[in-house]
Amino acid sequence: MAAILYAADPPEARRRVSLDALDAIHHRPSGQTHLVCEPIPQILEALAAGPADAAGIVARLAIAHEFDPADAATIIAARLAELEAIGLLWRV
Amino acid sequence: MRHAFAVRIGPVGFRIGSAWAGPVEHLRTLYAGYPTPDDGVADFTVRLEAERPWRRWIRPSVAIRGDFTLPDAAPLPLAQGLLAAEMGMNLQMALGQRRYLILHASAVERDGRALLMTGHSGAGKSTLAALLGERGWRFMGDEFALLDPATGQLHAFPRMISLKNEAIATMAADVDSRRFGPLLKGTPKGDIRHLRPNDAALAAMDRPARPALILFPRFGFESAERPMAPSEVFVRLTQASTNYVALGEPGFAALTGLVKSVPSIAIDYPDTARAVAQVERLWATLAS
Repeated sequence: MAAILYAADPPEARRRVSLDALDAIHHRPSGQTHLVCEPIPQILEALAAGPADAAGIVARLAIAHEFDPADAATIIAARLAELEAIGLLWRV
Repeated sequence: MRHAFAVRIGPVGFRIGSAWAGPVEHLRTLYAGYPTPDDGVADFTVRLEAERPWRRWIRPSVAIRGDFTLPDAAPLPLAQGLLAAEMGMNLQMALGQRRYLILHASAVERDGRALLMTGHSGAGKSTLAALLGERGWRFMGDEFALLDPATGQLHAFPRMISLKNEAIATMAADVDSRRFGPLLKGTPKGDIRHLRPNDAALAAMDRPARPALILFPRFGFESAERPMAPSEVFVRLTQASTNYVALGEPGFAALTGLVKSVPSIAIDYPDTARAVAQVERLWATLAS
């Protein structure tokens, strides 16, 4: 099965304010507000470099963040599906 | 309209037209001394009309109309015309206000700093604000607090205070009876009696204040306090705002700025005397 490629609006389409453990994101194209926790903001930032699948995003995140890569692709794939459901990214 | 009345409450001008003289006479009495809308131009119009032409005389019933209307709102009996005016004014603010982020909250001020109180209906925010307003605080409003996205300042909206059920007797003990409107019995919200804010609240109503503390009071429990995380407060205040979505990004910026800079505490209280003591203590802690 081919990996699913995801794309997101560029970073300037969002306004992000860190509140505490959660970040508030104002998505300018939709006018919607989202409250998210890690690694959601990091995934959206990673997609600024262009569309990617879960493995590709893990590779981009690994450059700047330390985490256990073993389960990372599964976890990121689940978060990507959630982000697609709330309209912050889409399949290409 | 046959009978008309114009008033400015804080920064918002209203024009109220009525098919009957009664509600307008009550408004004139309660709002005596309030300014009129700037340059004579009201921001919002409320019309109290007969539901059908003959209902102006026969079992008169008041339909609330205006710039913004709820099509299925039930009309009220004429004896509750004052409540109809209040509901009409609230509706215009809730649906039409675009300059300020509206928080469904009461507010009082001391030393230029504002205390906001919000919570579900019956939590006691109106009563607490009214009571504090008689005890050394400046009353800013019992229903809506207006947050200016451009400055982060809170503007007062000291409309007449809508006291419900037990709160009527609580305030009657503290306040000159001449400041009360007529008792409206058996309204959809129970018994209601309007209370005119005191002269100090009126004199200072154009003076904004910097938000300093947000409380989420809850009546009917043993005294308790719980600090709240900014993200929790943010969610609660988006729910407590009637125009957060309509304001878009300025509303987002104003609200995130508020919850990040101002501490928030959930307080439970068993009676108003202890609530006032809790508020004073928390305020003193804040200042130290």
